[in-house]
Amino acid sequence: MVSAQPAGFGHDTRHELIRFENVSKTFELSDRTVRAVENVNLSVARGEFVVLVGPSGCGKSTLLNMAAGLFHPTSGEVYYNGSLVDGYNLKTGYMTQNDHLLPWRDVVGNISTPLEIRGLARGTREARVEQLIDLVGLQGFERSYPSQLSGGMRKRTALARLLAYDPETLLLDEPFAALDAQLRLNMQIELLRISRSLNKTILFVTHDLDEAVALSDRSVVFSPRPGHIRHIADTPLPRDRNLTTLRHDPLYTRMTAELWDLIMPTLQETRGEAS
Amino acid sequence: MTNAEIGYAPASDEKVAEDRKRRMDKARQARTRERVKLNLIRLLMIGGFFALWEFASGRLIAPFFISAPSAIFRRLGGWIWSGDIFYHMGITATEACAGLLLGSVFGIVVGTILGRRPFLARLLDPIITTFYSLPKVALAPLFILWIGIGMDMKITFTAAIVFFLVFLNTYTGVRNVSRELISILYLMGANEMQVLRRVVLPSAITWVFAGLRISVPYSLIGAIVGELMASNKGLGALLVRAQGEFDTAGVFAALVAIMVLAVIFNTAVRLLERRLMPWKSAEQELEGAV
Repeated sequence: MVSAQPAGFGHDTRHELIRFENVSKTFELSDRTVRAVENVNLSVARGEFVVLVGPSGCGKSTLLNMAAGLFHPTSGEVYYNGSLVDGYNLKTGYMTQNDHLLPWRDVVGNISTPLEIRGLARGTREARVEQLIDLVGLQGFERSYPSQLSGGMRKRTALARLLAYDPETLLLDEPFAALDAQLRLNMQIELLRISRSLNKTILFVTHDLDEAVALSDRSVVFSPRPGHIRHIADTPLPRDRNLTTLRHDPLYTRMTAELWDLIMPTLQETRGEAS
Repeated sequence: MTNAEIGYAPASDEKVAEDRKRRMDKARQARTRERVKLNLIRLLMIGGFFALWEFASGRLIAPFFISAPSAIFRRLGGWIWSGDIFYHMGITATEACAGLLLGSVFGIVVGTILGRRPFLARLLDPIITTFYSLPKVALAPLFILWIGIGMDMKITFTAAIVFFLVFLNTYTGVRNVSRELISILYLMGANEMQVLRRVVLPSAITWVFAGLRISVPYSLIGAIVGELMASNKGLGALLVRAQGEFDTAGVFAALVAIMVLAVIFNTAVRLLERRLMPWKSAEQELEGAV
């Protein structure tokens, strides 16, 4: 893997926001040591939508956790906006496949949690929550508890909550994995629209190559564990893209096929490892 | 691009929720029917038992040992008529209630602190385990020496018993809070107090209530054992007095009064639980209506 550190490092240093520098992370389990990621160098520019793809267990989520400051790298450094990430990185917001809603608060309560933490006045809070509920289409379910919602509605609540505290960078770990195709497309469109209009920086983990190409400015392909970067590909699509007609776009088709060719061998490796 | 352009239709989701609501209603009706049936059978069982008891008394077994339901209810009636029973019940209830309150407040506070401070918890673990293993009844003589034989002794004694039950449950609950939820709150910029109020305590409250539910009978044990040892008022004292007079009906009547008190306590805790954990009843309604 000599060519494993491609052009990504220093890709766009003009407005660099997140930088992983020689990052490795190992976890000490009771019976063995797991090397999650190894020698990752990656630079993410402000406003960029970067998708991390690769076989499961290759440490993509670990990188998000380190960007959020939940883990420290075992070696190497993570920089955010020029300074070392040390402790909770309050500029980032996290959303995972498990939506992590508070089961004891209804939809309104969940969405307004970050606003309460920020100490906003009740009136301001209520207005903002109402706005967000409209945005994600949850009218009529304001007083439902998460257990009373469908999977898609929970996901929309989580997204609204994330947008409520309006972090500069969104760390999204397979956020739409459990959704049906239609809802997923809607969420993707919404996410892309929001990220563009609010100039969000996004690190997005997925297994889904179609999703990777559809959303990304750049896709970072990881090898199986210990995860390192195998390839970084710029997405040749315009930033202002129409997700509904994407499938007719030859550029999209070609890019998806290219990623597929990159991932395929690693999938076989993973299978070999698992057996 | 607007939602309309791509036929954005959350309707499917709403339909799912509506279906779910309908299923929930159906499940609720089924539960009501079952409740009626259960209560009917219960009533028959209990009625049969009392009839058997009444019949056996004096015919199969001497009334000295088992008295008879009619005698017991006469005794109870007399106590109710004179108002004695309410006085004694009030004393015992006050002791148990105050002890329960005091013990659980301390238990919740200490459990939360130790749950959030693993170092302290490790430090104090052997000491707490030792005291926990001690049968709390054995502490009663000490409390009598310290505080005397008044109501405050029973309250302290009850509190000591309840403390450990609530403390251990709270501690476990606080330790079991999802770390991801805590991390997510910290990423929102929350401080320790905000995390405590919004995540840790609501999450631990299920455990706290488990502790409280176990504590209810123990709080009555505390109050009544205290009264059995040294007192002239309260249901425990009534029990001792009836026993001293070889008044079997009186002993049974006192036991009935204690049971009534226990049922009232349990119901109060359950109502409080439902009140403080509205999301739990929402979850329970969904059970079986997946």
